Amino acid sequence: MANLTIRNLKKVFEGIEIIKGIDLDIKDHEFVVFVGPSGCGKSTLLRLIAGLEEVTSGHIHLDDKEITDMAPAKRDLAMVFQTYALYPHMSVKKNMSFALDLAGVAKSEVESKVSEAARILELDHLLERKPKALSGGQRQRVAIGRAIVRQPKIFLFDEPLSNLDAALRVQMRLELARLHQELNATMIYVTHDQVEAMTLADKVVVLNGGNIEQVGSPLELYRHPVNQFVAGFIGTPKMAFLNAQVKASDAASVTVALDSGPVYTLPLDGRTVKVGDVVTFGVRPEHIQVADAGVSEFSVKLDVTEHLGADTYCYVKAPNGETLTVRASGDYMGRYGQEVSLVPELAHCHLFDAEGRAIPKPGAPAQAA
Amino acid sequence: MSITSLQAGVNTASDMATGSAGPKLQKRRRSRVGLAMVSPSVLALLVWMAVPLAMTIYFSLIRYNLLYPGDNEFVGLENFYYFLTDEGFVAGAFNTLWLVLSVLAISVVAGVLIAVLVDTPFFGRGIVRVMLISPFFIMPTVSALVWKNLLLHPVSGVLAAVWRFFGATPIDWFTDYPLQAIILIVSWQWIPFAVLILMTAMQSLDQEQKDAARLDGAGPIAIFWHITLPHLARPIAVVIMIETIFLLSIFAEIFTTTGGGPGYETTNLAFLIYSQALLQFDVGMASAGGLIAVVIANIAAFMLVRMIGKNLTDKA
Ligand SMILES: Nc1ncnc2c1ncn2[C@@H]1O[C@H](COP(=O)(O)OP(=O)(O)O)[C@@H](O)[C@H]1O
Ligand SMILES: [Mg+2]
Repeated sequence: MANLTIRNLKKVFEGIEIIKGIDLDIKDHEFVVFVGPSGCGKSTLLRLIAGLEEVTSGHIHLDDKEITDMAPAKRDLAMVFQTYALYPHMSVKKNMSFALDLAGVAKSEVESKVSEAARILELDHLLERKPKALSGGQRQRVAIGRAIVRQPKIFLFDEPLSNLDAALRVQMRLELARLHQELNATMIYVTHDQVEAMTLADKVVVLNGGNIEQVGSPLELYRHPVNQFVAGFIGTPKMAFLNAQVKASDAASVTVALDSGPVYTLPLDGRTVKVGDVVTFGVRPEHIQVADAGVSEFSVKLDVTEHLGADTYCYVKAPNGETLTVRASGDYMGRYGQEVSLVPELAHCHLFDAEGRAIPKPGAPAQAA
Repeated sequence: MSITSLQAGVNTASDMATGSAGPKLQKRRRSRVGLAMVSPSVLALLVWMAVPLAMTIYFSLIRYNLLYPGDNEFVGLENFYYFLTDEGFVAGAFNTLWLVLSVLAISVVAGVLIAVLVDTPFFGRGIVRVMLISPFFIMPTVSALVWKNLLLHPVSGVLAAVWRFFGATPIDWFTDYPLQAIILIVSWQWIPFAVLILMTAMQSLDQEQKDAARLDGAGPIAIFWHITLPHLARPIAVVIMIETIFLLSIFAEIFTTTGGGPGYETTNLAFLIYSQALLQFDVGMASAGGLIAVVIANIAAFMLVRMIGKNLTDKA
């Protein structure tokens, strides 16, 4: 069992509140990813859970036990650090067995646990090497092995892939997902890379400035971001935001006039806005089609196009200077400066009020920010 | 003279350590212009090093005592024989060894402890660090005099006052424990060097490694043994190498405090050579002693490089 409960957790560094009251529940076997921009307090939150930083106020419970002030080693958690933090003068084997040796576990048991972890991570042939004789990916695996042998209740990862090259990062990402299945473990994973968050997580926690913006499954965050920050953070390329004004609204639809010209009616619950309100219209690149000039009322000018093979990203400029990104098919050929028109899929578009809160879909339970 | 030749020995030792002579020679062969350009400084260096060395070797092979001027006839290895069988030589060699090893042990142990203590943040750490380093900048003669007259003096010294305060009889350090007193002074001078090097090294210790060890269940002592000390192994090697080379030729501290006495109790090899040359005016024997000291310094340096140098060049 490993249910982690965090209540009103705060952390102050030198008079500055870095973690501003976090409430979070993490269930057994879940793969939870903390994601957010650099400096938002992800590592700090993880280190608070690990016990490496002292909590300023609030409570952390692991199952029925309060661990808020417990020594890190007693918490039954293991952490994998961004820099791996391997002990450079110890062999791979000694690195992995260090915790067990310190705890006075019997030699034969240590031996079997280390070789089991080495088998899972395919490190068998490297056990006698020193960390400096390993590649980045191998070091990463040793760091994970060091966590595995302790059989912790929860694994903590702090940006474990950010020091690897792109190809290796994808491979290690898959291995981590496999490991999660194989060990059937509870994992908390910190990253600033929303792709890692989307691909690995059962549950994503979006952090910003020491606060939780939204908690949910990757698809929930993608489809129903509760605010403009989450909408802009999840998904690549980024969602485009265009200024607009409410023209009409009722419980099932909102009509807005974009500053760049077109008027759209979206199937949203418009009871929280009134006519004349300034709102932000959000649309993802994959939810717009490019058409010839004059096909729709939304006419724009093509800026740069990027051909990625399967897709083409078109950067376009609206008449009022706003820019947005459009994903077109791989064989789309547009000239720089060409006039085109855009057709958004209105069912997938979002509206955000002046405070950045999303205007909910009709019938959807309003989500707390 | 003897000191210069000892320094020359140190220079050759450090040359051996870096092994820079080989590639230099090849380059010289490649370029005649280069040869022409560097020749003046090479010549100057040769003269600088070779002439004193040659003169020392020459003096060591003749009878040359300033008290008995006359024809300085060639005596072969007689000077070496007399120096090595002199009653002062065994004592000098032993004292040199004892002095070097004690000061190394004291300064490394104290240096590690202080460096680790100063690594944790506390109020006024910057000033404490500067104060810890400052003894290193005091001239050996001055610090020896301060120790002799202000601290260890049996009548007017601070330690004597402390002893009296507790009702004990003050110790006459330079009479009863002369070598220990000198070890104390020299250690006081060299601990700051060890602290400086090790303190700097502590700053490169990865904080995440300590965090990882804490999560692995290591307490402060386990972290010291398993993380901090291995991390300091290399800087400790550097401290030992550099200190050894300087400690072999300790002179000023002995000269200003005990003058090598009582008897030969605080005479090391450097001081023995000095006393042969300038107290007994036997230049021939002093030169022989100087050469022997050079050989010893080279052996020590060679062994150190063999033991520690490998560890140093082996990059992480
Ligand atoms: N030990 C510390 N002392 C002071 N400020 C800190 C400390 N650790 C982190 N911070 C500050 O807390 C903020 C969040 O840091 P961190 O949790 O590392 O962010 P990230 O989300 O990038 O992992 C940063 O502004 C950082 O400067
Ligand atoms: Mg971080």
